[in-house]
Amino acid sequence: MTQTPYSKVKLARENTRPTGLDYISNLFQGFLELHGDRRFGDDTAIVGGIARLNGTPVTVIAIEKGHTAKERSYRNFGAPNPEGYRKALRLMKQAEKFGRPVICFIDTSGAYCGIGAEERGQGQAIAENLMEMSILCVPIVSVLIGEGGSGGALALAVADRVFMLENAVYSVISPEGCASILWKDAAKADAAAASLKLTAQDARNLGVIEGIISEENLGRQPFYQNLRNLLWDQLEELSADPDLVGKRYDRFRRIGTSGLQG
Amino acid sequence: MAFINFLKPKNQLEEGGRTAAPVHEDAGEPEKTCPNCHKAIPLSRLWANHLVCPCGHHFRMKARQRLAMIADKGSFRELFRQVKAGNPLDFPGYAEKIDTVRTASGEEEAVICGTAEVDGQSCCLFAMEPYFMMGSMGSAVGEKITRLFEYATEHRLPVIGFTVSGGARMQEGLLSLMQMAKTSAAVKRHSDAGLLYVAVLTDPTTGGVTASFAMEADIILAEPGATVGFAGARVIEQTTRKSLPKGFQTAEFVLQHGFVDTIVPRAGQKQMLAEILRLHNGG
Repeated sequence: MTQTPYSKVKLARENTRPTGLDYISNLFQGFLELHGDRRFGDDTAIVGGIARLNGTPVTVIAIEKGHTAKERSYRNFGAPNPEGYRKALRLMKQAEKFGRPVICFIDTSGAYCGIGAEERGQGQAIAENLMEMSILCVPIVSVLIGEGGSGGALALAVADRVFMLENAVYSVISPEGCASILWKDAAKADAAAASLKLTAQDARNLGVIEGIISEENLGRQPFYQNLRNLLWDQLEELSADPDLVGKRYDRFRRIGTSGLQG
Repeated sequence: MAFINFLKPKNQLEEGGRTAAPVHEDAGEPEKTCPNCHKAIPLSRLWANHLVCPCGHHFRMKARQRLAMIADKGSFRELFRQVKAGNPLDFPGYAEKIDTVRTASGEEEAVICGTAEVDGQSCCLFAMEPYFMMGSMGSAVGEKITRLFEYATEHRLPVIGFTVSGGARMQEGLLSLMQMAKTSAAVKRHSDAGLLYVAVLTDPTTGGVTASFAMEADIILAEPGATVGFAGARVIEQTTRKSLPKGFQTAEFVLQHGFVDTIVPRAGQKQMLAEILRLHNGG
């Protein structure tokens, strides 16, 4: 069956899809979860810690949505607060100190839109991640596993390599939000989803991601084995690169320049 | 007899009602009604006061007016004016919209960049344009800001930037989103070279610009009453189903929560920026 962009958005939001914690427990061994941003609190929407990938220590950070109603409520539906992004940055800096690569799994409709989130500087927290990730001296690989909602997703995706699952989406705004702002009609989300070019195929065509991960056997061992191999190969390549940070700068530097005049 | 007031036309209410501008048939001079004090202010008076109402309300200001207000006379040299947006996603209606906005605003894009002197001190300067799609950031805005920080790093110049933005430009989709990462990386390189960046947040500074270069300055100033935030107030209300606290997402609110350094009315901005530049020149 051919998926329309909007049907992919709905698919990406399905609560039956594997979530961040599923990836952590299936891809890595001995996950040691580390909590808290050392500033304000611990955000349950972002899970982070140290684990082993094929025996090698890596820092893993994942946005977690939860499966059941109870889990989803506990995880704030995968909408991080500023302390989530600050915890992620703390763990990334820790990874840099100890020479561990960083792997991020992204699945969020966006950074949380709340009063407390604004009071504690949601914009500043995201901005700081964007700046600091741009110079982090260890490899960063990010995988969009479901929804990649705007700045809240990008705050974990300033990476050397970015991959998307074949039915994941990555967008500057939700199709519903776009339709209601531009056309004053949230029901036109279908058209907005097509116009926003938010599918994995679009993202690859725009030069925003390196590759698409097949969802064949999604959530089963062969799927995780393939993904583990992919991550391992990426980290091997990136770890050997003496100009990692320079290339990361160039990766983002060229995005969007081809369509410009001047 | 409060209900009697109800029967009066709105502009006779002393407070709260949005009063229409009083008609002076013989005055002839154009006026603007202040949304804060509801008084009609002659335009000439507003112009003489950097578009600030006597009550203190700061009206929105075009980017070139800001540059003229801050840069020493004749010192501003524009850079990267040729960088313009295309329609990379073939987004419906975008090309037409851009054409209309270019004609109406007289600008090619939502930010103006260049070099200038402020009280005799060289710097890079950018001002975003509220009358160009509310300062939204697409590929061209991101490219111009990035080039400016790269230029400033190369020439070892400080950067002063006036932000005003509704956020990322959705008509360029993911490419707009990526400008947040691109500009942030350029700001970081400039910062790591030991160079100064001062941001002045003006009304409104929101969304992807707040979550990137607006919040990345060494010193962050804000204009009185400016809306400064990440998520839109209406979206927050809908998401949380709570009524928002008084003054939510104003410059004063953001100052109170520790995310801007100080609030500076327009009249004092040039002097303060010049002093900040001097403080960082070892002067």
